[in-house]
Amino acid sequence: MSKLVKPYGDTMNDGKVQLSFTLPVEWSEAADEAARQLAVKMGFGDVQVVEGRRIADGFSFFVVYAATPQSIDVESIKAPSARAHAMSMEEIDAFVTERIGRKVRIAGACIGTDAHTVGIDAILNMKGYKGDYGLERYHSFESHNLGSQIAVEDLVRFAKERHIDAILASQVVTQKGSDVRNFTELAELLEAEGLRDDVVLICGGPRVTNLMASELGYDAGFGRGTLPSEVAAFVAVTLSERLARREKVTERSGV
Amino acid sequence: MELRVDRAKIDRCRELAEATVAPVEDFIRAHSTVSVERAVLRLLGVDGVGSDEVPVPNLIVDALAPAERAFGVTLAFGRALAETGLAPHALGEAIADGTHRLADFADTPEAAARGALQPHVDRALAQVRARRDQRSTLMERLPQQPPPLLYVIVASGNIYEDRTAAVAAAEAGAQIIAVIRSTGQSLLDFVPFGPTTEGFGGTYATQANFHIMRAALDEASEKLGRYVMLTNYASGLCMPEIAAMAAIERLDMLLNDSMYGILFRDINMKRTFIDQHFSRMLNAYSGIIINTGEDNYLTTADAVEQAPAVLASQFINEEFAHRAGMPDRQIGLGDAYEINPDLENGFLFQLAQAQLARQIFPDAPLKYMPPTKHMTGDIFKGHLIDAMFNLTSVMTRQTIHLCGMLTEAIHTPFLGDRVLSLENARYIMNTARHFGDEIVFKPGGTIERRAQDVLAGCERLLERVASMGLMDAIDAAVFADVSRHPDGGRGFDGVFARGDGYYNPFEEALRGVPA
Repeated sequence: MSKLVKPYGDTMNDGKVQLSFTLPVEWSEAADEAARQLAVKMGFGDVQVVEGRRIADGFSFFVVYAATPQSIDVESIKAPSARAHAMSMEEIDAFVTERIGRKVRIAGACIGTDAHTVGIDAILNMKGYKGDYGLERYHSFESHNLGSQIAVEDLVRFAKERHIDAILASQVVTQKGSDVRNFTELAELLEAEGLRDDVVLICGGPRVTNLMASELGYDAGFGRGTLPSEVAAFVAVTLSERLARREKVTERSGV
Repeated sequence: MELRVDRAKIDRCRELAEATVAPVEDFIRAHSTVSVERAVLRLLGVDGVGSDEVPVPNLIVDALAPAERAFGVTLAFGRALAETGLAPHALGEAIADGTHRLADFADTPEAAARGALQPHVDRALAQVRARRDQRSTLMERLPQQPPPLLYVIVASGNIYEDRTAAVAAAEAGAQIIAVIRSTGQSLLDFVPFGPTTEGFGGTYATQANFHIMRAALDEASEKLGRYVMLTNYASGLCMPEIAAMAAIERLDMLLNDSMYGILFRDINMKRTFIDQHFSRMLNAYSGIIINTGEDNYLTTADAVEQAPAVLASQFINEEFAHRAGMPDRQIGLGDAYEINPDLENGFLFQLAQAQLARQIFPDAPLKYMPPTKHMTGDIFKGHLIDAMFNLTSVMTRQTIHLCGMLTEAIHTPFLGDRVLSLENARYIMNTARHFGDEIVFKPGGTIERRAQDVLAGCERLLERVASMGLMDAIDAAVFADVSRHPDGGRGFDGVFARGDGYYNPFEEALRGVPA
């Protein structure tokens, strides 16, 4: 079953979108026309430059309304959510006690040179976020918040020494792809150290998506608005599944 | 538009801040740091880098044996000046390339060293004074628009792109340009050298970058007929050096907080206290306005709960600044508009806090920071929240207004984002310019009661801090729920006790200079 959709302005399938951008040119009527033609080159039809003006020496700003001829089959899109296991803090604590039988060791850090701990703090700190307690409050977790500007090597060493079960790596600064570079470095180092299969590896940050996380080799990615309990539930469920699987393998191999 | 607040409580808070800071100052005066010593060398004229890009001031200070270091780098350097007859810059290069070693001149009498140093000390002080006078002259000839002064950031990583963005922002109405530093620079125990074109989340603070930006803004100031100010960061591990470089390059403002690095960057507290003191002495003399970092209490925790901590930090920052010789007009105490937009009457709380600070610190150029924590990818809502922030700022007569960006949660601002933000601020501040003069707060109403609660909470907090001592209070996580040990954190190895006979000619010259 396919379901084709277009952007909706005020009529089904009108394809209306709004754009705004700056061009490095002095404003003139020709600049408005340049903005219009640029939008046409982008593939838009019915282009209206509704605002065009000078904003600085040699720079003009435009607001454009236009219609796209493109449509998308929403039934064909897959973007798995990492937030599938909704549980409360009490339920997660009970789940861990029953299925894992020991405390889950978690290490979180803002990696690389990123100093913005707002995300990792919201997930780990006792206080939590939006009334949802942070992981430090869970009886079933032993959480270590390493803070900001933690070198990937230090995080991996910490994980190795403390037998960490789950790593939460946070990146808020994304300039020139520094976030992806740091996330990749962490995943690669864990792989190189032979630790990758021993940890539930999670990345987070305002620009992180679960899809991007899986492409980078992470078990999950959590973006803006994530609640601590969503991360906690994912860690608990994933770890218990992994441990159960490992037990089965051990049984089969007769060790 | 005045809040009725208990004057006795305000006086009590100042007494407590004084009692808190006085013992720390005793500690400060008995110690120095590697960054203080490097700042002295920079003021004397030492600059440049040796092999492996290590700055010459670092090479010189790091080569001192601990026993020599206790007297400060100045006398050792002065002995070498006397014996070699070289100028400071040339001597620095000769030490960097191995031609000379400070240890070789240990027998030179102190009087000769002092004699050789004096002209360079005098020249440095005269240079800083001349930069300050130049600013005064320019500001008289090219007057600024009235406050709130619109402040925007540039942060491309490339100083030349930053220059383009800064000039465009100035044309769009910005009165202050801040060049955000590359993330992580605060933790470098040296100041990078030369113009830079690579950085993450910002552009390295170097003396060459300061110079490039100041020249561009001077040109823009002439063209626009109003002086455009330049800001950078004297925070992290190199506060005194940045303060020295900023004085030489005529920056107008510096981010500089007495506790920010300790709490939010895990920099050793002793290092920070000593460094902030000397950097503020230099700032006082160079006429630079400091911006303190209270906004950080609000971005890392609940903004309603943290309001008393913000006020307490303002009192402590004020006291530290006074002790470094800063007049109120140079103390830009911070606050931020960070209350959750979903909270009913959140605007009233913001207004209470901003007005309270205005009344308690009437002569301070208050620095008001925009919403960041609750900004999302919904730029339309973000633009509205920024408008409410702008309204609060103009109503409560904030002085330094950091314009909020509708794309705050998305990326470092695009050129167009900055213009939209400035237009928002200019519209609100123009249309509501004298609104605050026309209204009165309802006596005993929500706003007034909130202000009184915040002040009372601040007094309780300061009582606790004063009774514990500042260092122990930080250890006990009294501020921002963060615990830092007095001997922990970064940069502690750069702190040392002053030996009998320690000499810092700039400290001696600046102590007691009326600002």
